[in-house]
Amino acid sequence: MSERSQSLVHRRYLRHSKKFPNVWCAGCGIGIVLGAIIRAVDTLALDKNDVAMISGIGCTGRMPVYVDFNTMHTTHGRALAFATGLKMVKPGMKVIVVMGDGDALAIGGNHFIHAARRNVGLAAVVVNNATYGMTGGQHSPTTPWGIQTATTPYGHIEQQFPISELAVTAGASFVARSTVYHVRELEKYLARAIDKEGFSLVEAIAYCHTTMGRINRWGTTSDMMRHLKEHSVTSRQAKEMSPEERRDMIVRGVFADRDIPEYTQLYDQIIERAQQEALP
Amino acid sequence: MTARLMQGDEACAEGAVAAGCRFFAGYPITPATEIAETLSRLLPRVGGKFIQMEDEIASIAAVIGASVGGAKALTATSGPGFSLMQENIGYAAMAEIPCVIVNVQRLGPSTGRPTSPAQGDVMQARWGTHGDYPVIALAPWTVRETFDLTVQAFNLSERYRTPVILLMDELIGHMREQVRLPDADTLELARRTETRVPPRWYKPFENFPDGPNVNVPPLVPFGEGYRYHITGLHHDERGYPTDRPDEIRPWLDRVFGKIERSLSDILLYEEDGIEDANILVIAYGSTARAARHAVKQARTRGSRVGFLRLKTIWPFAEEVVERAAARLHRVVVPELNRGQLVLEVERVVGRQKVRRVNRADGEMIRPSEILAVIEDLEGAV
Repeated sequence: MSERSQSLVHRRYLRHSKKFPNVWCAGCGIGIVLGAIIRAVDTLALDKNDVAMISGIGCTGRMPVYVDFNTMHTTHGRALAFATGLKMVKPGMKVIVVMGDGDALAIGGNHFIHAARRNVGLAAVVVNNATYGMTGGQHSPTTPWGIQTATTPYGHIEQQFPISELAVTAGASFVARSTVYHVRELEKYLARAIDKEGFSLVEAIAYCHTTMGRINRWGTTSDMMRHLKEHSVTSRQAKEMSPEERRDMIVRGVFADRDIPEYTQLYDQIIERAQQEALP
Repeated sequence: MTARLMQGDEACAEGAVAAGCRFFAGYPITPATEIAETLSRLLPRVGGKFIQMEDEIASIAAVIGASVGGAKALTATSGPGFSLMQENIGYAAMAEIPCVIVNVQRLGPSTGRPTSPAQGDVMQARWGTHGDYPVIALAPWTVRETFDLTVQAFNLSERYRTPVILLMDELIGHMREQVRLPDADTLELARRTETRVPPRWYKPFENFPDGPNVNVPPLVPFGEGYRYHITGLHHDERGYPTDRPDEIRPWLDRVFGKIERSLSDILLYEEDGIEDANILVIAYGSTARAARHAVKQARTRGSRVGFLRLKTIWPFAEEVVERAAARLHRVVVPELNRGQLVLEVERVVGRQKVRRVNRADGEMIRPSEILAVIEDLEGAV
């Protein structure tokens, strides 16, 4: 896609009644994820009326307001539960749920594993910047061990949640991980996730240069982009590497793509069974 | 319809289906579980959906999501679950999403006594979530009225685009009574108002819109061509976040106004023998059963005792209470708590006039306990 046609696509999906600029800091990766979601929806040629975008709280939670879908900015951690209700009564809609790592894995961790287990046809997108950006860079469930955050001034002593691996174990139909540097790859995964019938998850690795980047002196946004480029490998490359070589690497790729009966479709069978049994 | 022996919880489920409820999300909890169990059987038969969620927070969230999709939606819980739901009840109030929350009250605080009746969540029903918001709460006193008020809860919720709380209690929920339910086609059901404007002009949070219900803009379900934004942030008429006081204030005025200006429709109550009374008993929910009994006994002994039973406890029927108590010497307020709704009664009629009868030990208040207070007051008059 040329730069011009790409910006025309974005224009078609953004809300012009909403005053820009957006809330995100210059250089933030969340806008990149938004752009990739828009292009993925465009690739699938979905009717905007049939697309819902639902979010929780945090920087990523602000994403829905800018796009011309049916949009809902809900409470912290609960976006998947709100989305489950909507999807059940409107199974024909494509419901995209955007969350940050704190939103999806800390306060919303319970809903995350159960949505995956239940296999409701939602496309979950977790922008994983390993911190609470909006509140100023406190540690999140995906913060790396040892680093400094606003609430771990002496170093972080908890382990990270591996989001994609968790989703695979919990039973998601489709799971993929990429980064905000590998935009085309991300876009491709997002399209597959949105297209998938069952619960799907795309983990988009990002960074927060304003908070954690500054606290840990990680340099400029280009430095952090370069880090994503140089410290990530595809799952195929990862297989060739020793555990030692793989240790600090982000592994990108598709970790699950399986056909599990989707919840709302199964529920239609329940309705059929109940109505047959209720017959006199 | 033929008479059936049923529990209050079952009557609530039957009432929900009759009201047009087509979505339930909930989490098992005593003494509300039977509502979920009954609806898991009834809803799919009418093409509705039932889901057991991972907790009560998710349950109310799914209910709000389903309502945004256009379904009349219900959740049912008890005290501990009701506490967990509070944040999202505030969301429903803020985003003006119709939904019904049933709280079959049990003795609290904390885990309390799951199988004992209580009325300890009266103030929580009013002020449970943070911030200023209006709320409607109804309290039934019989199994049959549980059916009726469940239907009313849905009607009020749809008509005013607001969460409505049905405050049952363990006694009403688990008690069985013989009831004859009305035929579904005899019920008056409220439907969500449809917008008359094209998507381009649609404002989901319009202040002072035209329409049958004062200050209630129509809510178009998601997926029907009206693409708009819903948020728990303060928002403008289109739903976009705002921090402008001149946009926040009209919203506040409107959401309070839509309830305050419709009290004649919202306030449900029953009064008996107030005209020539000199003592008034005000009660609600299961306690009203004992109060009614005590009032009858007192009257056969020659006392002039009036009875006022509030079905709508929030908003508080202050003008009704004020009018009823105006000429009276004394007002008796029995409650299964340490004194909650009585605070409102005292505010309206003055503390000196009010005698409280409270119990919060898991047992019902007996008619004799109320009668003793009535007789004591009679002696003082």
